[in-house]
Amino acid sequence: MSTTPTAALFKERATTITKDLRHRAVIRGALQKYGVVRDAKKARFRDWQGARTAASEVKWQAINHLDTHLAQFAEKLEARGGIVHWARDGAEARQIILDIVRSKNAHAIVKSKVMTGEEIHINDALEEAGFEVVESDLGEYICQLRHEAPYHFVFPAMHLTRGEISDLFTEKLGTAPTNSPEELTMIARKVLRDKYIRADIGISGANFAIAETGMISITENEGNARLTCALPKTHIALLGIEKVLPKLSDLALFLPMLGTVGCGQLLTGYNTMYGGPKQPGEADGPEEFHVVLLDNRRTDLLASTEQRDALQCIRCGGCLNVCPIYKNIGGHTYGATYQGPIGSVITPHLRGLQEWKHLVFCSSLCGACTEACPVKIDLHHHLLQSRRDAITEKPVWWEKLTFQAVGMVFNRAWLFSLGMKLGRIGQIFHPLIKNTPLDPARAWTRARELPKVAPQTFREWWNQRK
Amino acid sequence: MNARETIFGRIREALSHPAHKSGGHDQASPKPLGAATAADCMPFGGANAAEQLALFAQNAKELAADFYLVETPEELHAQLAELAQREGWKRVASHAGELTAAACKVLGLPVTLTDGGYDVADLEASDAGITECEALVAQTGSVLVTSRACGGRGLSVLPPHHVVLARRSQLVADLNAAFALLEARYAPSYPSMISFISGPSRTGDIERILVLGAHGPKKLTIFCL
Repeated sequence: MSTTPTAALFKERATTITKDLRHRAVIRGALQKYGVVRDAKKARFRDWQGARTAASEVKWQAINHLDTHLAQFAEKLEARGGIVHWARDGAEARQIILDIVRSKNAHAIVKSKVMTGEEIHINDALEEAGFEVVESDLGEYICQLRHEAPYHFVFPAMHLTRGEISDLFTEKLGTAPTNSPEELTMIARKVLRDKYIRADIGISGANFAIAETGMISITENEGNARLTCALPKTHIALLGIEKVLPKLSDLALFLPMLGTVGCGQLLTGYNTMYGGPKQPGEADGPEEFHVVLLDNRRTDLLASTEQRDALQCIRCGGCLNVCPIYKNIGGHTYGATYQGPIGSVITPHLRGLQEWKHLVFCSSLCGACTEACPVKIDLHHHLLQSRRDAITEKPVWWEKLTFQAVGMVFNRAWLFSLGMKLGRIGQIFHPLIKNTPLDPARAWTRARELPKVAPQTFREWWNQRK
Repeated sequence: MNARETIFGRIREALSHPAHKSGGHDQASPKPLGAATAADCMPFGGANAAEQLALFAQNAKELAADFYLVETPEELHAQLAELAQREGWKRVASHAGELTAAACKVLGLPVTLTDGGYDVADLEASDAGITECEALVAQTGSVLVTSRACGGRGLSVLPPHHVVLARRSQLVADLNAAFALLEARYAPSYPSMISFISGPSRTGDIERILVLGAHGPKKLTIFCL
C-alpha cells in the first residue's frame, strides 16, 4: 500500500503502543469494569435484540427523511425563541460561534463535552481569538490540561492512572498529590465551580435533536452540562445534522440504550432536554439559545447508498470498547476525532478516503463492533467495502502485479509444481537472509515464521501412489 | 445560495438515491421486530403501583440515592428536620410549591426562593436545594424535573444536596409513561428544560471508578408521601 504521512504516523504510533504493556493493562482494566456493568444492564432489557431492531428502524427512517425532520426541528425551535444556524463546514461553524461570542463581549466560556467541537477544533479558534475556554467534563478537563485530544469519545481520560492525574493537577493547579479518585474529582469540582459562576457563554453539544418539539437532548453523568446550560447568559449548542429523531417519546428507547452501551448505566445521571432559552415565567436559564447545525461532509456519507446507515450512530462508543484493534493501539493512534470502528468507517468519508484508507485496513473484521452496535450499523462490512473502494479508486501497482503473477501461476499446473519445487530449495537458503533487507518476505518474517513448504505435494503423492 | 439552502440541496440530492438498509449483515437478530413494540423490549417498569414502588426503591438504592417512604406530612417534616440537623444546614434554596412551602416553613432556615429569579451566589451558598418533581420513574429510578414546575434549571443541580419531595401518585412505570405525562401536561408549550435525574451527580472518568458529586449534588434524597 502506498503510504501517506498520515498513514506513516499511524503505523509508527501503533508499532510503539502495541508493545506498551502498561498501556495495555490500564485499558484492559478500565474496559473490564465497563463490560461487567454493561452486561448487567443489558440483561434488564426484556428483549435487547428487539430494542436494537427498533432503534435501528427509528434512526433509519430519521436519516432517510432528514430534510423533513431538520426543517421541522428548526421551525419548532425558532418558534420558541431559539436561534438556528447552518454551517456547511467547520470553518463556517467556527465563524458563527466566534461571531456570537464577540457580539456578547464575552470573557469566559465554559464548555460541556462536545465531540463536534473537537471535530472543528473550536477551542483553538476561540483561544486564538483571545477567549478563555474551560472544559467542564472531568475527563475533557484533564485532556485540556494535558493539551491532548480525548482518548475515547465517551471516556476521554481512560488511558491515565490516578497517579498521572494527581501529578498533572499538582503541576498545573498546585494541589497536593493524592491517590484518591474522589479527592481528585473534588479538586476539579472546586476549580470548575468558580468558572461556571463567571462564565458568560456556555457551549454544549447534543446527543439528539427532537423534530417534533424543537428540543435538543443531552446525556451526561456529572451535571456539568446541566450547569453549562443553566448559568451563562448565552447557550450555544453545536451538533451534526444527523442527530435528529422524529418524536420526543423516541427518547424512551434511545436514552436507556445509550446509557447501557455507553457507560453500563440504564440511564446516565442526567438526561436533559432543552427547548429554547428561558421561557416567560421561568426562574433562570440563558437569555439566548443558539443551535449550530453542522454538515461538514455528513451529506457525502448520506449520499453513499452503501454506507448511509453509518449516520445512524449515536456515539455511544460501544464498538470501541469491544474492538481488539482499539484495545491494542489505543485511541490516540487513530489521529482522528472519532476513534475505533465507527471512526474508521466515517473518517475516510469525512476527511478523504485516500489519506485515511489505512484505517479501513486496520481491522480484523471480527464483527464484534457490528454485534455491539445498538443501532445495528454494519460496521465491519463497511470497512470491507471501503477497502474495495480505496483499491478500485487508486490501484496499488505492485499489488496488482502480484495478483497477476499469482493468477498466472495458479492457472498453469506445470508452473505451480515448478514453484513448489523451487520453494523447497528456496526455504533451505531463506534463513541466510531472513529479516534482512534482502528478504522479500520481510514484512511477514519480522514478527512471524514463514509456513514450511511440504516435502511432497498432494499431486506428487497421488502420482506416486499408483 | 446560503448555507441552509446548500445543506438542504445536498440532503435532497443524496436522498434521491435509495440506500441499503442497515442490519442486513447482523447475525444476532436477523428477524424484524414483528408485532412487538419498542416499549415491550425495554426494561420492565412494574405492572401495578406496589410493584412500581418496590422497583423505584430498588433502582434508587442502586443509584446511591436515599429514598424514604413517609406516611404523613408530619413524618416527612420530622425526617427532613432531622436530616437538616444531621448535616448542619444553615440555609436552603427552594421554590414555590405546596410540599416545598410547608417543608421550608418547618425547617425555619433562611430560604432562597428561585421562582422570580435569584442571585447565583445565594444558590451556591445553600446547603440543599429542595424541589418538587413532575414524576418518579420506576423503570430507571429517575426523578423527572422541569424548569417550570421545579424551580428552574439551577436549583436541582447547584446546591450540594438535592432533596425531592414527591407524592406516591407521581410514580409512573417507565420512560414512555413519563413522556406521555409530559405531553398531556404541557404540549405544545413545553418547559424550556426537562431533566431525568438518576442518582446524585457522578463520574467514572478516573480509572472508571465511580465518584459521587462530580459537578452537581453529592447527595440525592427523595421523600415520597
